[in-house]
Amino acid sequence: MPHNCEQDCVELSFPTIEAEASIGIARISDQLAAHGMPASRADDVKIALAEAINNVVEHAYAGMPPETVRINCQMCRESLEVQILDTGNPMPGFQPPDGTPPPIGNVRQDLPEGGFGWFMIHQLTSKIQYERHNGYNRLCLWFDFSEPS
Amino acid sequence: MGLSSKTTDDTQVICVQCDRIDAAMAIQFKEDMRAETENEARRVILDLSSVEFIDSSGLGAIVASMKQLGDGRRLDLAGLHPVVEKVFRLTRMDTVFRLFASLDDALSAGST
Repeated sequence: MPHNCEQDCVELSFPTIEAEASIGIARISDQLAAHGMPASRADDVKIALAEAINNVVEHAYAGMPPETVRINCQMCRESLEVQILDTGNPMPGFQPPDGTPPPIGNVRQDLPEGGFGWFMIHQLTSKIQYERHNGYNRLCLWFDFSEPS
Repeated sequence: MGLSSKTTDDTQVICVQCDRIDAAMAIQFKEDMRAETENEARRVILDLSSVEFIDSSGLGAIVASMKQLGDGRRLDLAGLHPVVEKVFRLTRMDTVFRLFASLDDALSAGST
């Protein structure tokens, strides 16, 4: 770990229920800001984390009783690593979706109402890593603050 | 979830009185929008100036709100915070809706 990093600077757990996730996402953003996240990237991080955490709530625990999702952040001078741990169902094919966005055509009634979550996560992060291990899903998202958003 | 509405001539302004439209409230938002837009106003302006965060579920609920208006009626968006505008831009939904910096801008621009 580079010496200018602050490990476990933000650690949070909450139940995998939509209303709890909503509060948890807001709290992570506030705490990251307090730990020196550049204001110019705060929105990007918040959008990506919200999508990743909502996916856990909606997909990993689909048809299962809610459990606890754990978030752990490591802040460095020019980057942020966020680890999301849960015990829900694994991702299909044991890999994160590639994030192809749904097409937006000219017909109003055919406009997509979903399918943008992973597309935005891919656009906003510099690296994504997923592993399934001992019944855990471990998703890591990296944000590079030296790159313009 | 808190919508207030005022209709003048052909234009209905619906103000979202909530600081986020996210997965936890997307379905409620869509249902409340359906109830609010049962009139025949041809132009609906959604005032988002109180909304400080939106996720893809909230975005989907706004798209659904436009679809349930049916053809011939339009939904414009006003007062978007930067993070809300970013979600529209990333998903290219900024090409589907007309986005206005403020409600005043939306009202003075008219419906054409």
